[in-house]
Amino acid sequence: MAIVLDLLVQIGQMVLVLALAPLFTGYVRKVKAHLLRREGPPLVQPYREMLRLLRKDVVLAHTASWVFRVAPYLIFATTWVAASLIPTFATGLIFSYAADVIAIVALLGSARFMLALAGLDVGTSFGGIGSSREMLIASLAEPAMLMVVFTLSLLAGSTQLSSIAASMQGPDVGLRFSLALALIGLIMVAIAENARIPVDNPATHLELTMVHEAMILEYSGRHLALIEAAASLKLLLYVSVIVCVFFPWGIAVSGQGLVAFVGGVGVYVVKLAAGGFVLAVFETAIAKMRVFRVPDFLGAALMLGFLGALLLFVTMAR
Amino acid sequence: MALEGLLWCIGALLATGVAAIWAAHFRAGTPVVYGAALCFCAAALGIAVTCLLAGNSLLGALTLPVGLPWLGAHFRLDSLAAFFLVVVNLGGVTASIYGVGYGRHEEAPGRVLPFFPAFLAGMNLVVLADDAFTFLFTWEFMSLTSWALVMAHHRRSGNAAAGYLYLIMASFGTLALLLAFGLLAGPAGGYAFQAIRAAPPADGVAAVVLVLALIGAGSKAGLVPLHVWLPLAHPAAPSHVSALMSGVMTKVAVYGIVRIVFDLLGAPTWWAGALVALLGGVTAVMGVLHALMEHDLKRLLAYHTVENIGIIFIGLGLALAFEANEMRAAAALALTAALFHVFNHSVFKSLLFFGSGAVLTATGERDMEHLGGLIHRMPLTAFAFLVGSAAISALPPFNGFVSEWLTFQAILVSPALPQWLLKFLVPAIGALLALSAALAAACFVKAFGVTFLGRPRTEAARNAVETDRWSLATMFILVALCLIAGILPGYFIDALAPVTQVLAGAHLPRQGELDWLTIVPVAQSRSSYNGLLLFLIIAFAAGLGAEAIHRWASRALRRSAPWDCGFPDPSPATQYTAGSFSQPIRRVFGTVVFRAREEVRIPPPGDLQAAQMHVRLRDVQWDTFYVPITGLVSYVADRLNKVQFLSIRAYLTLVFGALVALLMVLAVWQ
Repeated sequence: MAIVLDLLVQIGQMVLVLALAPLFTGYVRKVKAHLLRREGPPLVQPYREMLRLLRKDVVLAHTASWVFRVAPYLIFATTWVAASLIPTFATGLIFSYAADVIAIVALLGSARFMLALAGLDVGTSFGGIGSSREMLIASLAEPAMLMVVFTLSLLAGSTQLSSIAASMQGPDVGLRFSLALALIGLIMVAIAENARIPVDNPATHLELTMVHEAMILEYSGRHLALIEAAASLKLLLYVSVIVCVFFPWGIAVSGQGLVAFVGGVGVYVVKLAAGGFVLAVFETAIAKMRVFRVPDFLGAALMLGFLGALLLFVTMAR
Repeated sequence: MALEGLLWCIGALLATGVAAIWAAHFRAGTPVVYGAALCFCAAALGIAVTCLLAGNSLLGALTLPVGLPWLGAHFRLDSLAAFFLVVVNLGGVTASIYGVGYGRHEEAPGRVLPFFPAFLAGMNLVVLADDAFTFLFTWEFMSLTSWALVMAHHRRSGNAAAGYLYLIMASFGTLALLLAFGLLAGPAGGYAFQAIRAAPPADGVAAVVLVLALIGAGSKAGLVPLHVWLPLAHPAAPSHVSALMSGVMTKVAVYGIVRIVFDLLGAPTWWAGALVALLGGVTAVMGVLHALMEHDLKRLLAYHTVENIGIIFIGLGLALAFEANEMRAAAALALTAALFHVFNHSVFKSLLFFGSGAVLTATGERDMEHLGGLIHRMPLTAFAFLVGSAAISALPPFNGFVSEWLTFQAILVSPALPQWLLKFLVPAIGALLALSAALAAACFVKAFGVTFLGRPRTEAARNAVETDRWSLATMFILVALCLIAGILPGYFIDALAPVTQVLAGAHLPRQGELDWLTIVPVAQSRSSYNGLLLFLIIAFAAGLGAEAIHRWASRALRRSAPWDCGFPDPSPATQYTAGSFSQPIRRVFGTVVFRAREEVRIPPPGDLQAAQMHVRLRDVQWDTFYVPITGLVSYVADRLNKVQFLSIRAYLTLVFGALVALLMVLAVWQ
């Protein structure tokens, strides 16, 4: 019986992230529009777009292979699974031990690998430019992310995201310089990984500046819908990691019962709203940078993560 | 009993090699020789697997009356040897099956067939050798047979130079090993490993032996900066031999290091661990950066071997550092990570070389810039190559990820190391490992994307045909192994337990009996990974998504011309090439590491000449370490050349002078 309940909570988490992700994207867009003194599309616009795309035909290039057709499903599934392993409203979910945070980073790496291949599949120059730049960004963002992971797992004594969140709630962590470095590094990585300003612009189709959009230029219909869903899941994942690990208050512990879970979901939504608001303000306040400035930006993130980990290595004696 | 069986298999392989000299004259000789090699390797593989799973540390020792008259040839089978025999013979089995198909296209089978089984026998013998003479003799035998295979197509441009460089580096490496064993044996000359183990050398001597062993075996494994021969020689051989050299022979070199450093050298010092791990970290990043700049498919794979050797050495170095500080459980974790990566790399590197061999057979091209779109013409090869690419890029749920994950876990227990240098060094090595993993993914997007995806760039790529069934069967066996080792790593880790028990005095907790086949290297609260569950959930989620969309939304599909922002170009030259794919990474990393310079010449308006772009890359290791040495050697040779043209009087004076000098030395020595 207990296992069925645990399974239900886990499925609830999967459904929750899937349902919230487009809403979160819509929310960030709405806040950005308001900051620019525009009305902005309604909050549910991403759902409408996705449903419309799902109903449309797929227009496939003659030169596309099976990789191009399979990739959206794999990207979506991998990102979805990665997102559902984050302790969003409760720690100690039943599948959380299947993949620790290193594995979650690697799962996102798998999704990106497929996406970059899909960008090269049709054999157009735009797809190639997107893939090539995406892999450049990833080659710096992924180590930076792993350095942040090092910092967190050294502090918590665990690489399980669930245990990390739980231990950050505990009394023996406190404010630490390494944590501040890790937080800044993680935010920079999150911006780069989700193709947000100043690294990439999710709203542009101006050829020479786009990265993510260039890779998915040939996609249409249900394939595009899946990729859009995966992109919003990824954004939700990163914001969730930031708010749930660095601001872990109010997360329920598995087995506390329904009321605690509902409370956890409520707190989670509030935290997401705050995170999305900060993201929108940040994006509005800053200009996009040239592609070859991005390595400097990410190099700084890598250095911050590395310094955080190094400080812990030097100061910890266990 | 097991040892005798293995030696019989090796003898049979040697006999096959001799018989192949005659058999190579017949058309049917190729499948017969490869078939025989397959049978004997499979038998050896069976014995080695049984021995490894039996879990005993010592499984047999034997002295044969060959070799040096007062020494004989000692052979010994312990769990470490059994593990490496599994790697060697698994490579042998797959390369032999592949060879049955691939060997049909061989224009000079007489240059390949005799050496192939002999090479396999040589690698088996190195692992079994239990005295310094046998070890060095079989090591040199392995080097020479592989050199002969590298030179199989010696008339093709570049191959002769590659073989020459390989020969020099191999002899240099053996020289270093010879000196190392000389020091280990000590003045009494106890060349049997038993005697060395009983009397480990003093600290100062041990340090010299460690450095010599790193030079000797490291040059065979491809440690930077001793790797220069590897990306030239490995691709020059026929593809199944490339797979053996990259996937297996470098592992025999790793075996050499492990045997000397962990077994013969006595208790390690912490700085040995620091040195090995640092070399590993540098090797990993340099290897993958070189690979990113490479457009030759097989050479790219060879550079990735350098990278993966670096990852293995990181694990070995950490294990040494832990062992020096008596942290046995952590040492076992790091060693398990390194040895599991040895196995994994041999699997996916063989797979990738087989794939590149299939491409080579189908198109006659190794240069990726002349390929493209092969997924349409060779779908099965493409699928296998894709799995290999994902595995080597350390992507879950494949096997490469598990061993890298274990290495990361080993790094995360290392703050407990007391030495300050290690405290600074280990996070840096962790960063290098993370960087190399991310760059490897970029490199394999390039390798797979440019070769198999997109539109064909040449006529040869347009007319490629799928490769033969033997080759495909081999590749799919390896694909299955990549997946099985990735989703059920617990059993593989358990199989390594006796090895780490012998070398590090501890082993990881048993994984096979854990719930749902999770792996838990240290403690449940610390870290765990369940590849099977992850694989099933992803498969389920993808299937669910596909099913739901196809059922309730739309399954209509139309084919049309590519969109490409409204400017589709019919010429395949407009798509991204390998060079343009790696250009951003070259700009970011290459300006420092390769002193990359780009020169763009654009003709003035009105001039109809083509614009030109030149990229100059310099191999800094070659320039720093090898150019001065080759310069010095040529200079000395030039000077000494005069000695060849002296009169008889001058020669007699020289001889007399030499005699006097030697007597002087003797007088001073006394």
